[in-house]
This record gives sequence, C-alpha cells and structure tokens, in this order.
Amino acid sequence: MSNPSNLTQETLLFWYRQMCLIRAFENHAIGSFREGLFTGTTHPCICQEAICVGCAAALEPTDQVFATYRGHGHALAKGLDIKGLMAELLCKQDGCCKGRGGSMHLCDVEKDFWGTNAILAAHIPIAAGMALANKKRKNGRVTVAFLGEGATSEGAFLETLHMAALWEIPLVIVCENNGYAISVPAHIGKSVEDVAQHAAGFGMTGSIVDGNDPILVNAAMKVAVDQARSGGGPTLLECKTVRWERHSAISAGKYADDAEALKWKKADPIPRFEKRLVEEFGIKAKQLRQLESETQQEADEALEFAKASPTPTPEMVADYLYA
Amino acid sequence: MAEAINEALRHEMRRNPDITLLGQDIGPYGGTFGVYKGLYDEFGVDRVTDGPVAEAATTGIGIGLAMAGMPTVVEIEFIDFITLASDAIVNQAAKMRFCFGGQVNVPLVIRTPIVNRLGLGAQHSQSLEAWFMHIPGLRVVVPSNGADAKGLMLTALRDGNPVLYIEHVRLYASKGEVPEADEPIPFGKLRIAREGKHVTLATYSGMVRPCLDAAEELAKEGIECEVLDMRTLSPLDRDGLVNSVCKTGRLIVAHEAMKTAGAGAEIAQSAQEGAFDYLEAPILRVAADDQPAPTGVLQDLVFPTKEKVIAAIRQVLL
Repeated sequence: MSNPSNLTQETLLFWYRQMCLIRAFENHAIGSFREGLFTGTTHPCICQEAICVGCAAALEPTDQVFATYRGHGHALAKGLDIKGLMAELLCKQDGCCKGRGGSMHLCDVEKDFWGTNAILAAHIPIAAGMALANKKRKNGRVTVAFLGEGATSEGAFLETLHMAALWEIPLVIVCENNGYAISVPAHIGKSVEDVAQHAAGFGMTGSIVDGNDPILVNAAMKVAVDQARSGGGPTLLECKTVRWERHSAISAGKYADDAEALKWKKADPIPRFEKRLVEEFGIKAKQLRQLESETQQEADEALEFAKASPTPTPEMVADYLYA
Repeated sequence: MAEAINEALRHEMRRNPDITLLGQDIGPYGGTFGVYKGLYDEFGVDRVTDGPVAEAATTGIGIGLAMAGMPTVVEIEFIDFITLASDAIVNQAAKMRFCFGGQVNVPLVIRTPIVNRLGLGAQHSQSLEAWFMHIPGLRVVVPSNGADAKGLMLTALRDGNPVLYIEHVRLYASKGEVPEADEPIPFGKLRIAREGKHVTLATYSGMVRPCLDAAEELAKEGIECEVLDMRTLSPLDRDGLVNSVCKTGRLIVAHEAMKTAGAGAEIAQSAQEGAFDYLEAPILRVAADDQPAPTGVLQDLVFPTKEKVIAAIRQVLL
C-alpha cells in the first residue's frame, strides 16, 4: 500500500470524520425507520463509506454528483447539511427536498448534488447529459455518477457507456460493486467478473480499486477525474466493496446465510482506516475516538432536528409539480 | 406543418443559444421527415447533434442537458419507439421537479410523429398519446396544423417542463397560414375549428381534418357541427369542452388511437362530469379498432374515417 505523501494529517482526519459521520447517520436512518419515524424503506451505505469519502475528496465543489437510492453517504460527502438530510428521510418540511423525496430522492442543487435516483441506472444518462453541458460550456466541470453493480446490467447504463465514450463526455461513472443485486449474487447476475471490463467494449477507460480504503479510492478517482477534466473522456471506475447485511432496512433482501450477512464486518472500512491512520500516519487512537464521538453527537442532533421539523401540510400536497 | 415546426425551432434557437437538438438523422440529413432541414447548416453540430440509435440514453442525456439549463429537443423518430425511452420520460423527466422539492427544472421537448396508414404495420402505426396523459409532470401537445404547431412549439421551448410534442406524418405536407410573428399559443386552450350548434366533435391531430370534412358535408343537410381541436391533451381544456357540450348537447370524440382507454375516454368523462344535465344523447367515440394495425388493404378497416364520423353524428342526432 502506498502512502501518498501529499495527504496531510488534517485531510486524513477529515476523511475519517466524514466516514464516521456517514456511519452514524446510517445507523440513525435504520433506527428511525425501525421505530416507525418514516415509512417506505431506506438503503444504508454502511461498509461503503470509503467510496463516498474517497471519491468526494477528488472533486471540486462545482463538480456535479448523481447517486442512487443508496446515496445518503454521497450526499453527506458532497457537503449536504446533515440536518436537512435527516429531515428529508423523515419527510419533513425542512428536508433538503421539502420532504417530498424521502430517503431515495435526495437533492441539493446549491451543493451540486443533482439527486439520488430510485430507478436503476436511469441517472447514468442524465449525468452524462449534465457532463455534456459542461463540455459544451467549456466550464471545466466534471460530472460523477455512482451506481451499484446490479444496475450495470441495465440498458441505460450500457447505452450511456457507448455515448459517453463516443462523445468524450467529461463523466466518471463509479460502480460500487458490493456483490449483490438485492438477493442475486454477482456471480449469477453478471457475465463478467469485473464490471470495469464493460468499459473496454465501448472504447472507454475502465479501472478497478479496493473500495474499502479511502486513500486508494481517492487516488484512483483522482486519475479518472483528471482525465475527464483534461478532455481525455470518461472512465468507469469499479470500487470493490461489501454490502451491509441486507439490501434495505425492510427485511426483504436479507441474505439467506448469516455468515454472508456479517461479511461486511470483516471488510468494514472504518476500523481498517483507523488501523492505517494509527500505524502508518502516527495518529493517536484517542483523537479518532474524539472525532467519532463528535460525529455521533452531530447525527443525534440532526435526528432531533428532523423530529422537531414540521410535516408538510395538506394544502402543499401538489406543490413543485410544474415549473 | 413541417416547415412551421422548423420555423419555430429556428426562431427559438436564434433567440436562445442554449437550445440543443439531439437525435438520430437530424443533422445534415434534416430529419426523417425533413423537420430539421437547414438547422444543422445554420447552428452546427454542437447544437444539432446526430446520435446513435439509443432512445433511452439519448432521452436521459436530454434530461441532463435540460437540468443544466440547456433546453433540449430530443427526437424519437416514430412514436412507436417511445417505449424505448419511457423510463426517462415517465420516471425521470416527469418526476424530477416534484421529488426534489422544486429545485430542478427539466425544459425538455420530446418531438415524435404518429406515423400511420402508410402500410408500415403494427410496430409503426400507433397513437400512444393517452399513456402520457396519465403522467402528471408532463405536457402532451398534439397540433393539427402549421399555425398551431408553431405557436405550441414556441410555448414548449419556453415552458420549463418536459413536453411530449406529438406530430403527425400525414400533416407534415399540409398547407396553411402560419404567422410570422412570435406568437406562442398557451397550453390548455382548445381551438374552435368550426362553430356549430347541433353536435360537438372533440378531436386533435390527424382527425381534425376528417372531422372538418364531415362537418362540411353535413352542413349541406343543415346539421351544424362544432369542431374542437383540443391542441393539448395535458393540460386538457375541460372548460372549453364543457362550454361547447352545454351548447350542443351532443358529443363525439374522434381520434386515431385505439378506442379502449384512449384520450377519448378521458374527454368523454370530462364532458359527462361537467355537462351531464345538458346531454341529449350518449357520448360516442370514433377511434381505431382495438387491434394492431395490419399492413396492406386491411389497414384501412381499422382506422377512423370521415364516413365513420358522419355515421356517429347521425346516430347521436336520431
């Protein structure tokens, strides 16, 4: 493993803090769903925090991000206000989408977070369109779209790889390969072992990285983002990771096998990053505990804020439908 | 009508340098039916961009451009192919603004023609507009003549919402006066194509002409039909419809889409809700038969005609 010398302790600690914040948020998301504070469901990105943080750190604030229903972590990493996010999960008026979107439809245009999408791969061409707008405007901005490996079997994804390569669109598609499309493991659902292999067929760059280490993710993402920004065209970056114990917080999608369900704990990027920070970067464990407890408090406060936020009133039911 | 649409696109592209056209065969070729003639030469490849055959991604890319503030026109060459882009239209374009609490606008126009009675068979002969009336968040526009086509296209390009703009292959060559001036036509306002007092014919797109011809023919017998060109199906001008039905007491809805769950069902029900006490006869629908369009001479049997409209008028006047 490389220790990129340009990473300061401050940066590493910020990343660690962000990962802890995402974890604390997700635990509250699951907890409040189970408590009945909101209906529907929620798809935690537990065990995938290194991807959120490593990728976001490779972007400029004006780069645009699109993500999926498993997108709370990407929203936080892009700088969305945690209170507004939690209020959105609870479908409250102070939510980032005024409580109309909920867990699967998060957006904050001010932060250039252009939304999470609940239809698999549907946002990939949309992200390509925004990236194409960047190219037309020559504004130097890069667009990033995250998706799971299940969505890489969709036509919209494959069509977009083709068009993004054809038009050299400044787009980075990040596949979070957690090995499962709801219940179907990738070895049953995918014709290729590595999703990144799809890129070659369309004449675009494909790369693979260990998705459970933010330093490695960040380095790989930087290469992809630099290529897109400098006019070198799109990249499909595959981050290998492990999924939390089920597809979503409702019981459907639970792994049949308990050992499989707990696999994420062995791969957990947070303790793994802690170990690197202590052993390779000389950071004190106590300092990490301090950050962790701060983020817990931040998430607690966000939950309290969300609970106290008003519910949209009946006369607002059809707001925002038309421009 | 093709020239009128072309004129509207050209006019608006000169006014708004952000407008982009995407699709297949829209570049130097000028579009399958010539609607884009000359636009590539005037605006160049960056704004009139030929793409691969990929309706789903092309429409999605159009949405992304639109969200970025570049109003985009996506071409779907035949309305039958819109099935390939349906997720982008139904789940994405139409939902985005609502789901995101008003943060995002999608100024996207999807241009697509109905192409029927050309002997192209079941996969190239449908009128699928009713599906999209069922999706709030979308506008559905169905012009029948050049003047309306131009005015409605100007509105579509400025509306800020996703618009499904449905043309008709048989109307492309139709002639008529088209205003030179910048005169957008608001959505949700029907046009009274002919005034009358005995029966209302509510129609749109390719059936406006047969309805006018039927009205002309019956006028010789003293039967005066009021012909309403609905122009937009979403929003639907329910008030204008009800006003006419209250006056005539009789309604026939005519369209080339199949009868079952077609736009006519919604139009008829709207009239029933608003003008029940005024109705003198059951509302009838003149529509395509509920079956795929055959090729060859059989195709003429399934589509509505002037004669079928006349027969329906006689029936409600019995």
